[in-house]
This record gives sequence, C-alpha cells and structure tokens, in this order.
Amino acid sequence: MEIVLALAIGTLTASGLWLLLRPRTFQVALGLSLLSYAVNLFILAAGRLRTDAPPIVGREGPIDPSLYADPVPQALVLTAIVISFATTALLLVVLLASRGLTGTDHVDGEEGDQ
Amino acid sequence: MLLVLFALPFLGSLGAAFLPTRSRNAAAILAGTVALAGMALLIAYYPVLADGGNVRLVIPWLSSLGLDLTFRLVGFSWLFSMLIIGIGALVVLYARYYMSAEDPVPRFFAFLLAFMGSMLGMVLSGNLVQIAFFWELTSLFSFLLIGYWHHNQSARDGARMALIVTAFGGVCLLVGFLLLGHITGSYDVDVVLEAGDAIRSHALYLPTLILILIGAFTKSAQFPFHFWLPHAMAAPTPVSAYLHSATMVKAGVFVLILLWPALAGTQSWYLIVTTTGLATLLVGAWAAIFQNDLKGLLAYSTISHLGLITLLLGLGSPLAAVAAIFHTINHATFKASLFMAAGIIDHETGTRDLRKLSGLARFMPITATLAMVAAAAMAGVPLLNGFLSKEMFLAEALATHSGTVLDSILPFLATLASTFSVLYSVRFIHQTFLGPAPQALPRQPHEAPRWMRLPIEILVLLCLLVGIIPALTIGPFLSTAVRSVLGDQTPIYSLAIWHGFNLPMLMSFTALAGGIGLYLLLGARLNGFPSSPLIGHFKGRRTFEIVLAATIDGARALHRVIGTRRLQVQLRLLVATAFVAAILPFLALGYSRGPRPDTLVDPGFAVLWLLGGACAIAAAWQAKFHRLAALILIGVCGLATCITFVWLSAPDLALTQLLVEIVTLVLLLLGLRWLPKRQPDQWRDARGPLRIRLRRGGDLLLALLGGGGMAAIAYAIMTRDAPHGISHYFLEHAYPGGGGTNVVNVILVDFRAFDTYGEITVLAIVALTVFTLLRRFRPAAESIALPEQQQRQNAFDDAREGRTRGDTVRQYLLVPRVLMEWLFPVILTCALYFLVRGHDLPGGGFAAGVTASIGIIVLYMASGTRSVETRLTIQPVRWMSAGLLCATATGAGAWVFGFPFLTSDFHYLELPLIGKIPLTTALLFDIGVFAVVVGTTALILIALAHQSIRSPRTARSSEATGEGAH
Repeated sequence: MEIVLALAIGTLTASGLWLLLRPRTFQVALGLSLLSYAVNLFILAAGRLRTDAPPIVGREGPIDPSLYADPVPQALVLTAIVISFATTALLLVVLLASRGLTGTDHVDGEEGDQ
Repeated sequence: MLLVLFALPFLGSLGAAFLPTRSRNAAAILAGTVALAGMALLIAYYPVLADGGNVRLVIPWLSSLGLDLTFRLVGFSWLFSMLIIGIGALVVLYARYYMSAEDPVPRFFAFLLAFMGSMLGMVLSGNLVQIAFFWELTSLFSFLLIGYWHHNQSARDGARMALIVTAFGGVCLLVGFLLLGHITGSYDVDVVLEAGDAIRSHALYLPTLILILIGAFTKSAQFPFHFWLPHAMAAPTPVSAYLHSATMVKAGVFVLILLWPALAGTQSWYLIVTTTGLATLLVGAWAAIFQNDLKGLLAYSTISHLGLITLLLGLGSPLAAVAAIFHTINHATFKASLFMAAGIIDHETGTRDLRKLSGLARFMPITATLAMVAAAAMAGVPLLNGFLSKEMFLAEALATHSGTVLDSILPFLATLASTFSVLYSVRFIHQTFLGPAPQALPRQPHEAPRWMRLPIEILVLLCLLVGIIPALTIGPFLSTAVRSVLGDQTPIYSLAIWHGFNLPMLMSFTALAGGIGLYLLLGARLNGFPSSPLIGHFKGRRTFEIVLAATIDGARALHRVIGTRRLQVQLRLLVATAFVAAILPFLALGYSRGPRPDTLVDPGFAVLWLLGGACAIAAAWQAKFHRLAALILIGVCGLATCITFVWLSAPDLALTQLLVEIVTLVLLLLGLRWLPKRQPDQWRDARGPLRIRLRRGGDLLLALLGGGGMAAIAYAIMTRDAPHGISHYFLEHAYPGGGGTNVVNVILVDFRAFDTYGEITVLAIVALTVFTLLRRFRPAAESIALPEQQQRQNAFDDAREGRTRGDTVRQYLLVPRVLMEWLFPVILTCALYFLVRGHDLPGGGFAAGVTASIGIIVLYMASGTRSVETRLTIQPVRWMSAGLLCATATGAGAWVFGFPFLTSDFHYLELPLIGKIPLTTALLFDIGVFAVVVGTTALILIALAHQSIRSPRTARSSEATGEGAH
C-alpha cells in the first residue's frame, strides 16, 4: 500500500508542478488543484496508513489510541480541503479579471514568446 | 508615576501635533508645561534615590521571552533624565523665540516632545530590548528634526545620513543586546549588570562588545562614524543644542556608562574604547580649529568632547568613570548654551560665517558675555565647570592603566587636545565678538529678546555655580549617580577647585597658554583653510556616499540579474528552491526506507491509482487544448483521492472531499465560459525552436524531480513508525473532554477551535474578495457574445412558428429538472443531518455547509438564475456574518462563565422519538462554521453565475437574453 500511495502522491505532484509552470492561467489553476490533492494525501500519509480504523471512539471505558487512525492529520486536511476550494475560487476570479483587463489568458498578462 | 513621567512627553507630542499650524505660542506653552511637569515629577523622586534606593516598575508583557515593559530609575538615570528634561525645557523656551512664525511650529514641538519621550524611555528602561527600541525612536525623531526644514536639500541629506548611520548602529546595538541576553539569560538590566564576570569570560564577549560599541560609537559620533554630526547641523539650532550636543549624542555614552560595570575592565574594552575615544578627541579638536561655520566649529568640538568622555570610559578605572559622568553633564550645559548663543548670532546677523563676523560684543554685550563664559568653560578655564572635569581627565591620563605605550603617550596627547580645545574656543570668541565692527552683514545685529537669552543665562549660571562651588551644587547628585553605577567600586574623589600645584594643573595651564599662544601666532590665518589640513582628505561623507551608492547599485544589479516580473520564472525558481531545500538533508544524511514492513498491496487500491495517476498525467498533458476534458480528468483524480480517504480510515475527509469536488467542478465550469478560445499551437507542425523545447524539457525535468522527491519522502515517512505525538491525547480526551466520539470533528470545533475560527474568517474574507472582484468584472470582448449553444437555440426558436425565444431552454431536460427541484429539500435535510451528527459520526459544519450550498446550486442549475431568484432570496453575506457572529458569540460565551475563549461545555438531551442527542456548545460553534461555509460557497458561485446574465445585458441591452445561468 505504501509504495502505491507514494507513487500516487509523486504522480499527482509531478502533473501538478508541470501544469503550475505552464503559461496559461487555466493550466495553472488545474495544476494547483492537482497539487492540493497531492499535499492532502501526503499529510494524511504522515499519520501512517490504517485501514478500517476511523478515529471514531466509543463512549465507554478507557480508549486504546493504537486502535485508531491518527486524527490530527485528518483534522488538518479537512480544513485544507475547504480552504483549497476558496483559493481555487479566488484564483479563478483573479485570472478571469486579468483576462478581462488584459485580453489574454497568459499568466503575465501579456503574450510571452510562446 | 514613572509611567506618567515617560508617557507625558508622548501625550504632549500628540497634543501638539493637532494644534493649528500657526499656533506657535500654544505649542510652546504645551511643550514647556510638559517639561516642567516632568521635572517636578523627577524632583519628587530624588529623595528615594539619594538614600541609595531605586524605583522599578514592571508591566508584564511577553514574560516568557524576557520582554516586559520595565522602567528603572536609579541615581544615574535620574541625572540623565534631569538633563533631558531640564535642557528640554530651556530649549523649548529658546525655540519659541528662535523659530519663525512662518514655520509650522507645532510640528516642531511635537517632534521635540516625542524625542524627549523617546530619550526618557531609553534612559528609564530596565530592559535591554526596550533600550534598543527607544534608541531607534530617538534616531527616527532626530531624522525628522534634522529634516524639519525639508525644503532644504542639505537638511534632507543630513537627516538621511544621520538616520542611516545611527540606525545602522542601532541594529548592531540590538544584536549586541540580544547576544548579551543570550549570555546572561535575561534582558533585565539589573540581571545583566550582576553578571559582569560571566559576560567578560564568555566566548561571545568580543562580538557582543564590538556590536554594542558600534551602536554607541555611531550614536555618539565617534571616529570614524563622526561625519554625520556636522551634517546634522542643518537642523534648526534648538535641535542642535538639544539633540546634537546635550542629549541624543550622549545616548551612546549613556549605554557605555550603563553597561560599564558589565563590559569594562578587559583588554579589548580598553584597547577599542580608549583608542577610539582618543582618535575622536584629537580629530574632532583638530577639525574644529579650521571650521569657518560657527555651528560646524561647535559640532566638531562636540565630537571631540564626546571622544574625551569615551576615552575616559575606556580607561576602565572607576575614577575615570566618575570623570566621564561628570563631564557628560558639564559638556551638556556649556555646549547647549554655546549652540543657543550661536543661534542668536545667526538669528540676529543672518550669518554664521566666522570670517564675516566680528566685534559683535558692542551690539549684543549680554549674549557676548554669556558666550564667552561658556566658551571658557569649554576651554577648561578655572572657576568653570569644564575646568573641573578636564582636570579629572588630565589626572586620569597621567595614571597608569594598561602598561602599554598608550599609557606613556596619553598625557602628551591629552595636553595637545586640550590645547586645540583652547585654540578653537579662543578663535570662536575673538572672531565673533571682539575686533572691529563687522562689515556687510545680512542684518543689522542687535541684542536678542530677553526671553531668548534666559535659557543661556540659566545654563551659564550653572556653569559658574558648578565651577566655583561644586561640592554644594552638583556634588550630591553626582555622588548619587556614581554610586548607582559603580556600587561598591565607587572611588573616593574630590570635587574641589584647588588640589594644590600638581601635574594636571601644569598640563592644564600649558594647554591654556599653548592655545592662546597659537591663536596669537596664527590668528586670522586660520580663516584661510577651506578644509582641515591633514585630515581634510578623509571625508567620511564621501565614503558614506560611495558605500550608499554602491549598495543601491548592487541591489539594482542583483534585481536586474535575478529579478523578474514573469510568473513562470518566479515559480520555476520557487519550485527549484523548494526542491533543493528538501533534498539537502537527504544529501547530508542519506536516504533509506524505514524499518516498518510494507502492508500488503490491495489490488483494488493499485488499480484505483493506476487510473488516478493516468488521469493526472492525461490532464497535465491536455489542459491546454481540451479544458473540459482536463477538468473531467482532474475530477477523476479527486474521486480517487476521495476513495483513498475512505480506504485509509478517514471518512470525514472523504465526505468533505466528495462535496467540495462537486462545488469546485461547478465553479470551474462557470469560469470556462470566460476563457478565450484556444489558438492552435503555433509550433504544432515543427517542434518549435530549441529555446522552447529546452524550456519545456526543463519544466518536465523539474516536475519529475519534484514528483519523485515527494514520492520518496512520502515513502520514507510511511515506512517508519509514527512518533508519539499529540494524537493520543486527542483520542483519549475526545469523549470525556469534548463530548463527541468523532475525534476529527472534536478537534476542529473544540480542541483546536481557535484555528477553525481563523479558518472560517479566511473563508469569509476570500468570498468577499471574490464578490468584490466580480462586481468590477469586465469580460473580454470576444466572450461577451452569447455562447454558441444559446445563439443556436435562439435561432431555432426564432425560425419556428409559435415559439418564443427561450422556449428551448425552458423545455430542455424537463423531467430531470423537476426531479432536481424536488431534491432541494432532501439535500437540505441531509445537510442538517450531517451538521447534527458531526460531533459523533462523520459530518460536521464544513460538510454540512457544502452540502447545503450544493442544494442551492442544484436549484439554480435546474431552474435558472432568474426563476430561482424570483422565488427564493438567498443572502450569502448575511449567512456569513451570522455564522461568524454565532461562532464568536459561542466562543465569547465561555468568558461569561469565567473560562478562556472557546471553552466548550456539553450535555445530552433526551428527545422523544429521536432519542439522545448531544447538546454541546461546540455544536453552536459548528452551526457558525456551517453558516459561514454555506454563505461563502453560495456567494462565490452565485456571483460567478450572475456574470452570465449580467454582461450581455450591459453589453447589448437591446438583445433579449437567454435564461441559462451557466
């Protein structure tokens, strides 16, 4: 499992970085989306992989923490997911506004040499 | 009370700043009152200090970092404060008459008072960092005061130079103080003073010393940093009298005296401080002889006297320290009065040029007499205060301190410097006041107003009193001050005028005779030097300007080389830097997988990511020409991520990811409409020039390296056992402490609720930003036309009989649309369910909020923007504000019960039919989160959707519009 997830994170990062370095705003926006998947998975992976052990505890008695997945990375990722929606929205609107003002969807607001 | 003393000038400054521009008298009265009140307060404190006590006031701030607002009043700081406030009061009176009614005088007094406050703040500080803070403030106000006549180029240059030099020193001082704090473990001055031995034997002693000395030397205009002081003379004369002779330039000396018990007494201290002081003493005195500007002469003389004080401190003996403190006070009195006299001469004659001035004694006899007495004090004539401290200095110069060559030459150099001092004093007096009547002065000279002379009279009287009956006047105060600095080391010293015939006396008289003799010999020939001989070539100013220009040019060159406005280049640099930073530790320590065995690969999981990875690569490949396809491919990656969350025991994440995936998709689809049509790739046939291929190849390499690195790091982490972090605490206390079984949700709304609070605030800010940006949105010209589908639909409707425009859209997918409308209440119920159960089971405010907004979006998609809005009013901004208020109120509610912000409480409530439901204040907080998320998402999406129905209307108002919202 570990190797698969590591490769998945790597693939997502590589695709995201490639798109991030492209000159068109929409590509950059998609690249950021891909990167955020990669980062979220990475944070989750930092809590180590557990299957069938969601951090939902019982009400009775003392709790054995080793029976549950690490809740801290999950809490971090949960807010990150929502925030990444907000930043994607902001980026999209900024790129639309830039496109409206400059007449191009190049990230620099003017056509480069490509 | 100490706080009042410190705050008074600042309040006065604020008050003066708001006075009308022309209210010279009001501002002066305000400033004078502040100074007098401060003086009264200080006097009231004296009895405590005279008994050897001190006053401390600590206002805790960041105690864990050793940063408290600490005020400390001891004998020495009392004397210094008295100097600051006393001379401040006199300068205020003087400035009232000196400043022209044309000038914005309240501004001047506002700066002056603020400076007084900063200086007091520094002197009264009991904390090193606080001292550095006020130190910088004095530099700032000095800058503003030098540049007061900002229409004057030389004032601006002088102000800038003074600021750069002293602020540079201030930074060094701060670093030195931080090191001192590091050595002693405290920034408290009293603690540092106690730890003298530990400091002197510490390995970091030398760097600490040098940094602190650079700070002190720049501020006190010591060679080679002295050059800023003469240029600061572009300031109005009251400023020169106050800042640049009496107080601010003494700040460096103050710090040296303050830290004398902790830092002095080592060989390096002796060598650096004594040499610097000696060089400054000689260079300043030498240069002063050849100045043709009255204030220039006084400025260099000030430099020289500061050098003398520094030299005394450098000697390291307690007696020398006493002499240094004493001379600091004496110099302030006579030099301030001399500056004021120079100001009067300038004011009444219109020039400060020694070559033009002559015989003024007949026009302004009183001023002339006063100036002569003060100049005599400067020269060290007996019966004046300058004589006493100079005598102490000469005696110290004779004593043996280190056994080096300095010991043997010091007496001669001291006598030489004293001779210079006599020479320039005589020149000042003779050329200004004596001799024939002046020719061709810009103004007809006459005596200054009564009140303008008063400050000088008071100061000169002090010179005389201290000079004649020292033991009765300055004696007790000096003794209090000295004891507070030296403690047990306080030496026996005598303040008498007459110590019998001894060597210092001989040196003193040699200097007097030599100075007068030299003047008789050289006389008016001194006027002929355009710059000081010997040292005139070494222009500090030129070096300063060269260094400054080189710095600016260097920055420009660096900017030209590595600066760019191109986003791609910046991102490339950023990614490359991040990659290098991430790889460094591995290069240093090696890479290895951990000991933890791999868990068995589930084929399903492998297939999932085979698909997900392929989609990611395909999306990266196709994003340029097939946007919609890329969007769908990325959606697949999102789904794979979502399934991974489920697989890896993170149901909350999976739920939120799925929902956010939906809104993100809608968002991007709404955005697609406004993007330009993709032009075919200009390099499609050929592979493009080499440059392009290289760049793409480089990007690909960077992307592959980055991806590979992330994979490697992730693998290394996952194959190691998790460290024992904070998660056990959260797991164990989620239910007993937070009343919820869903630990992730309990963390979000209870344990780390403050983070979440910040997060929803960010969400609200982003939504408002998006909304504001879209209000001003102007689509590109080519996007304004109706989309192709809508045009076709309209054409179809126009062509048929019995159809009106919009019919096609209305009839399109009728059945699914009805179903979608019916789904609205279902989705809302679902959202509420998520919200309520979130504390115990996957769900919570974030998921519920996104769900509810999906409900709203589905409604919009089904019925179209217009028809939804005729039936349903959604006010996202109100949702957002209500949510934020709810979260804040929940958090603040804890205060009512005496708990910190966002402490939660919980109970369970039995409801008939439904059963036991958790009732916690965290739920209220979660409702706040829910409302903010609903508002945010709805605001963003609706604002974007509105663009489609807005722009055609504004652009082509004649044409009817389609109804589709997206």
